[in-house]
Formats: sequence, structure tokens, C-alpha cells
Amino acid sequence: MPKSNRVPYDAPTEDGRFGDYGGRFVAETLIHALDELTRLYGSVSRDPDFQAALAQELKDYVGRPTPLYRADRLTEHAGGARIYLKREDLNHTGAHKINNTVGQAMLAVRMGKTRLIAETGAGQHGVATATVAARLGLDCRVYMGSEDIARQSINVYRMKLLGAEVAPVNAGSRTLKDAMNEAMRDWVTNVDNTHYIIGSVAGPHPYPMLVRDFQAVIGTEARDQCLAEEGRLPDLLVACVGGGSNAMGLFYPFVDDDGVDLVGVEAGGEGLATGRHAAPLNAGIPGVLHGSHTYLMDDASGQIVETHSISAGLDYPGVGPEHAYWKDLGRARYTSVTDDEALAAFRVLNRTEGIMPALESSHAVAWALREAARRPPGDIILINLSGRGDKDIHTVAGIDGIEV
Amino acid sequence: MSRLGKRLAALAADGRKALNTYIVAGDPSPEATVPAMHALVRGGADLIELGVPFSDPEAEGPTIQAGIERALEHDVTLADVLHMMSAFRRDDGDTPVVLMGYVNPFLRMGYEAFCRRAAHAGVDGVIVVNLPPEEARTFRNALHTRYMDLILLVAPTTTPERAAYIAGQGSGFLYFVSYKGVTGARRADAGAVAQRLTDVRAAAGGLPVLVGFGIKDGASAAGIAPHADGVVVGSALVETMGCTAIARIPDRLQAQVREIREALD
Repeated sequence: MPKSNRVPYDAPTEDGRFGDYGGRFVAETLIHALDELTRLYGSVSRDPDFQAALAQELKDYVGRPTPLYRADRLTEHAGGARIYLKREDLNHTGAHKINNTVGQAMLAVRMGKTRLIAETGAGQHGVATATVAARLGLDCRVYMGSEDIARQSINVYRMKLLGAEVAPVNAGSRTLKDAMNEAMRDWVTNVDNTHYIIGSVAGPHPYPMLVRDFQAVIGTEARDQCLAEEGRLPDLLVACVGGGSNAMGLFYPFVDDDGVDLVGVEAGGEGLATGRHAAPLNAGIPGVLHGSHTYLMDDASGQIVETHSISAGLDYPGVGPEHAYWKDLGRARYTSVTDDEALAAFRVLNRTEGIMPALESSHAVAWALREAARRPPGDIILINLSGRGDKDIHTVAGIDGIEV
Repeated sequence: MSRLGKRLAALAADGRKALNTYIVAGDPSPEATVPAMHALVRGGADLIELGVPFSDPEAEGPTIQAGIERALEHDVTLADVLHMMSAFRRDDGDTPVVLMGYVNPFLRMGYEAFCRRAAHAGVDGVIVVNLPPEEARTFRNALHTRYMDLILLVAPTTTPERAAYIAGQGSGFLYFVSYKGVTGARRADAGAVAQRLTDVRAAAGGLPVLVGFGIKDGASAAGIAPHADGVVVGSALVETMGCTAIARIPDRLQAQVREIREALD
């Protein structure tokens, strides 16, 4: 499929704007560190030695490239379009998050930082950060809401085994957004020796851009793999969206491929109508949280509201600013599925393919199954299977009334 | 000249240091705020910073976070804060008051609508912690149309060139953050602050410089004040608000501010 003749996509602007979204809404103390990071990233992104070292690390340590797997039994189950899974669950540590932490940790070392901090919801980004910290001999502290600590105990213990300190956050809703507040407070205090590895395409410039670029390996591989396997590009890409890093990583290399539809699936929780969800692109409005202007969930007076999702990794009231931009542009479409639909898809993928997806990724599977049934067998749907579901066994077993 | 500008100029002409005091609007409950503001003035405060509660105050330490949470238990909104301002102005037309908060509540009300209502309520300016000058143009223009100040912050990590840029974008005064960290985390280091302030005052180009973060009492205020045009006290007062019966808050605050005032003078 030829690329279109229009001007290639080149957001963000130099000051970190994706249209009206993005920017840098942070305390003055952090501006210098963000400038430094922007400058360094600008130089390494053109440095062949850095890029070669990163590629080597992704191959030998992370285990890339990940397969593009044709899910025949899942396709048969849906009864329509052919479904492929991009197997990010097969990465070292079990999710796409490590693509970004490997890259950012290499930046941190170049900046002479000796300490890494991170926020985490489901624990996958925390584990991925703790892992690269161990690999490079850096100190590591991970902030995690106490509610998430309770529902993701396996990942908490993994981080501790990796030598990281897990700091519980008891403020606010005790989930991902509060962990991010606390990480920002740590960074403002220890900015001289500390690099903050933001885990999603969120936060102040340059984070949305650099996390996107580090995650774009997903889409770059998937594009080549699909061309090799099918001789053409897919018709539709589907990925779950919390902050939006796995979706952006898959979508971005296809942005100028006009024939490829992009669909991001937000956490519908108990249903959009109940208000108990985490779907700012579907039911929120633009505002400012955690350093950028983007869609978020707040009340009429501007207070951020509590979100709800069965999956800790999607339980976040904001979203990456580039997704906000793409929503307004119409380049991507954003939809949602409920907790129950995600859980059903989790079970279907286990039974049809012998693959246990993360509850986050199960949202993408759920929506794609519905859509596949509506499309002809000649269509190709590519789902980002962003992580594996071992971490969610306790949650699912609890719903089944089983103690494990 | 604005009420804020006049007050700071008058203090400078007298050779006195400005004492700026911060409390959270609605902490520990909405009826406590206006009496507390009058008590700050009786104690000798020259300026009041009234904190606007926000659910995600990412630059605050535990003390001010707790104050904000107490206010949010009463669902105190930006509109409520403006009502408190109007009530305060019925008995005090002289003391400059600035609102301090995070950008989302202002954005949600709308910059224009906020400025119209704030000017009417007698607000003199705003400090928005997560709104650096590059992101502040629209808000600043709306404020200036109504003769209110946008007070900007300079941090220990701010380069001298950037400090000059910030001073050029702000008005009222320049707020120098004494250390890297959140509010109330530690005491300001007078030696280090004095060193930095030489540069900052040069960059400020005549805009008064007030120092905040880590100033808790008379001793710490007196240590910093000789190097600046004034000081800001926040966490220490919010701590008092949190551990005092509402009826006794005005007397306690007044005494606490008086101790700092006397040390400054």
C-alpha cells in the first residue's frame, strides 16, 4: 500500500505540542532536567553508536523481535477477519514496558544519573524499571499505590527480588495517578542524581515523544512482519489504552499509512454510563494533569476524579497527549470495553490459543473479537498483546471464588 | 500601581521586609478561612497567599497535602474560594491576596471567567505551581486585562538567563524557591540562598524577590530576610490549622505570625 502524498507526520513541535495537547506543565524546579533530557535525547537519537547499542540490548536482553503470531483458532472463534497477535508478552519481564525502560536507562547512564525512580500501576513498568536498574547497577525506587500493591502482589515481590525499593502511596485514590504524584515529588527533590523513567506516553515534554520512540519498535517490527507474511499491511490495528504507550508504539509507525485503521480501547470498567470507568478519551474533556494538556477525567470544578478498572495498568484518569491529538484529528478512533468483556476475552484467548493475556491486553482482544466478526475473512486485524497475564491470576481467581 | 505593587513598594521605602503567609482555603473547614485571614493580618502579615485545593498537588509535602485533603473533604471549589475572598474584602480592602494553586481548576472555570470573577472578588494575583511562563501566556494576558499579577517562580535549578526571562514574564514579585524539593520538607539554608539570591535579584531587574519553602518561624525568616525583599511562610501555618480547634485558630495563627513579624523587624 503506498504512503499518501501529504506532508509526513512530524509532531510534536519543538516545545512539545501535539496540536493543542502536550506541553510542559510542571514546577519550575524540573524545567532544567527536562531541558537536559530533551537535549540529550536529541543528540542520541541521531547517534548511530547509541542506536546500535540499543538495538543490541533489545535483541540480546529483551529478546526482540517478538513474533507476529497468526491466531487461527481465535480467528475461527470470532468468525470473520484474520487475527494476528503482536506478542509483546514474550518480552523479558512479560510486557512491552521494557522497550522503554531499556532505552531510558541508557539515557540516564549517559546523563551520569545513579538512581532511577518510576511509578507503576499493574507493576509491569515497575518490574521493567527494577530489571534494568539491576542490569546496570543503579539504585531504584518504585512508587505504587497501596490499592495496586494489594491487587498486584506478585509484581511487588518481583521488584523486591530485583533489588528495588517499593514505596507504597497512601494518598488520594491510592492508584497509578497518586504514584505518579509521589514520583514527581521525589524527582523534584533528588533531580541531581535521579532519572525519572515515566512508563507511558504521558507526562511533560519530552516524555510523550521519547517513550513513543522507544516503543515504536513494536509497530516497526509488526509492519515488516505483516508485509513479509501477508504481502500487505493490516486493515486494522487494535491496542488497549491506559496512558497509551503500547498503543502508540504499535500505531506510530503506521501513522502515514492512511489505509490502516487505528483503534485504541479504553477501560470501560462497569460501563461508561455508571461513571465507574477509566476512559478519558471516551468520556473526559481536555485539562492538565501530570505535566501535560490532554483528555482527563475531572469534575465540574477541575478536581481529578477516581477511576475504576479491573486492570490496574489502565486505571488512570489521563492519557498521553498524542492520543488526544489523534482523537481530534480522527487519525485514531477510541472506544472502550467493560471489565466483564475484558474478562471474557481473557478466558477465550486462554482456551483457544493457550495464551494468557494481561487484563490490560484483554481489553484490546475483547473489542477486536467483536470487530472481527463484523469484517470479511479477507481483512487483517492486528492486536497488540502488550503483556502476559500471570500477574492477574489472583484477580481472576478471586472473581472465580478460588484461593490460590 | 496594583494593591500588591503598592504594598511591596511601601515596605521597601520603609526598609521593611514583606511577610507573606499561606493557608489553604477551606482548611480545616470553609468557615475557618475568613477569620483565619484576618488573624494573619492582625499578626502582621503583609500579604496572604490563599491555597486553592486540588486533588493532585504534586509539588506539596505531606503537611500542605493534608491541609488540601481537609479542604477537599468539604468539596471546596475554586468558586467557593472566590466567595471567601469576597467575604474577606468586606472588612479588609488593603491587604493584597493572591491565590496559589494548580492549573486545572482555573482552566476548568475558564481563564477569562476566572479573571472576571476574581477581579470582582478582590483578588490581586495568582501563583500557579505547574504553569511555567511558556505555558502561561493566555492566562497572563487575561490577568493583566483585569490588573492582576501572574507571579512566577524561580528554582535553585533555574539558570540565570532563564531567571531573567521569567522575571520579564511575571509581575507582582518573583517567588524564589529556596531548595529542591516539596513544600515543608526541610529548613531553608540561609547561606546557600544568600549566594543564589545575588544572581536572582540581578535577573529580577527591580521586581521584588520573596523567598519561600523551608521558612517555619522567626529564626528561619530572620536568617533569609536580609538577602531578599520578603519571605513566605506556609507549611508551619497549615500545620497549626490542622491541629487546632476551629474556635482557637485565629488566636494561635495571630501569635505565630506575630513571632515571625517581630523577628523580621
